[in-house]
Amino acid sequence: MSPLIIIGSGLAGFTLAREWRKLDSATPLHIFTADDGGFYSKPMLSNAMAGGKTAAQLATKTAAQMAQELNAEIHAHTLISAIHPERRSITENGKEIAYSRLVLAKGADPIRLPLQGSGADAILSVNNLDDYTRFRAALEGKKRVAILGGGLIGCEFANDLLAGGFSVDVIDPGTRPLAALLPAEASLKLQEALGRQGVNWHFGVKAEAVERSGNALQLRLSDGSALEADVVLSAIGLRSRTTLAAAAGIQVNRGIVVDNRLQTSAPDIYAIGDCAEAQGKVLPYVMPLMQQARTLAKVLAGSEAELSYPVMPVVIKTPACPITVCPPALGVEGQWKVESTPAGVRALFIDSAERLHGFALSEKATAEKNSLAQQLIPS
Amino acid sequence: MKKFQCVVCGWIYDEAAGAPEEGIVAGTRWEDVPDSWACPDCGVGKADFEMVQIA
Repeated sequence: MSPLIIIGSGLAGFTLAREWRKLDSATPLHIFTADDGGFYSKPMLSNAMAGGKTAAQLATKTAAQMAQELNAEIHAHTLISAIHPERRSITENGKEIAYSRLVLAKGADPIRLPLQGSGADAILSVNNLDDYTRFRAALEGKKRVAILGGGLIGCEFANDLLAGGFSVDVIDPGTRPLAALLPAEASLKLQEALGRQGVNWHFGVKAEAVERSGNALQLRLSDGSALEADVVLSAIGLRSRTTLAAAAGIQVNRGIVVDNRLQTSAPDIYAIGDCAEAQGKVLPYVMPLMQQARTLAKVLAGSEAELSYPVMPVVIKTPACPITVCPPALGVEGQWKVESTPAGVRALFIDSAERLHGFALSEKATAEKNSLAQQLIPS
Repeated sequence: MKKFQCVVCGWIYDEAAGAPEEGIVAGTRWEDVPDSWACPDCGVGKADFEMVQIA
């Protein structure tokens, strides 16, 4: 029998493999990955620096250990060049390999700004363990880091680097940190807390060019000012990896479009994690990915499972000002009602009938996460 | 008292502190936390936690 093939060995691919193996211990499983096939925790990449963690410490299991645990063949450092849905096969290094079912768990690429200048190729982003190794090496003996992007990853890195003794500049064309997730008052709280610990914020400006200047990098900003840093980190967002699927005629939008059984527009081809668009949304967080993997494991084992998301608060790992947010679903009518309590900001997203659709909490107020989650109206 | 860390997201369970907001009182040993319990940050089950060395 042809194997189940999973493309990708991130959290999505490995979680699916583990959940599915609980239900099907016999069908052969092959995992193809561009990475080394080991297991690591991606969410920890943005807060491992202060703890002095090396890539080797973050890699908790090798490919060989994973292969044994999952009773799988792991093909590390491989690239799949094509999917042939009509023949139920993929091409790897010129060789065609048949599948019974195929799961795309390819993740996402960091979005990169098209910057000018001799130092543009020195800009780093951290989206996997190899990136983290490069980033750590680049920071060796250095002091100043400029971060492009004041979103979730940018803020987590800013906090982590401060704690690690670096000076940090954050550049963002918007007006405040985490603008996509938080009401203004909560953003301000985070901005002040990180500012007190030493982050220099540059809002309302874009980086336009990066030039090499000796061992340092000189950023030119859109307001004409300049900024010098030793390392520039780009953290402006993720783009789902959809190219392989699109080339095979599979429907893609922002991500690879899947139904509530995680199936793509092609029979026996499924997608989960950061590359997938389920219920019209690409949600690049751990909890949605876990729900998708558990549902798909059941579907692949022949059960009648459907994807249904519970309330999924997002925890932002900024110890200077911890934040938990459950943003309202897109298109929900309502407004933020914000209280600044001694415990922290407590913001509730309320509709005209006083029903709760979302919340944002800072510092000690984050303890209310569970009680508020229970009151939330399902979207 | 020991500490355990979620291998997926890094959340730490400290037996001494418990997780009062999750309904687990301070001093609850990890083995006494119910098997149905899930990581509050990422939702993985108890089986996905690993013990973290403490000083």
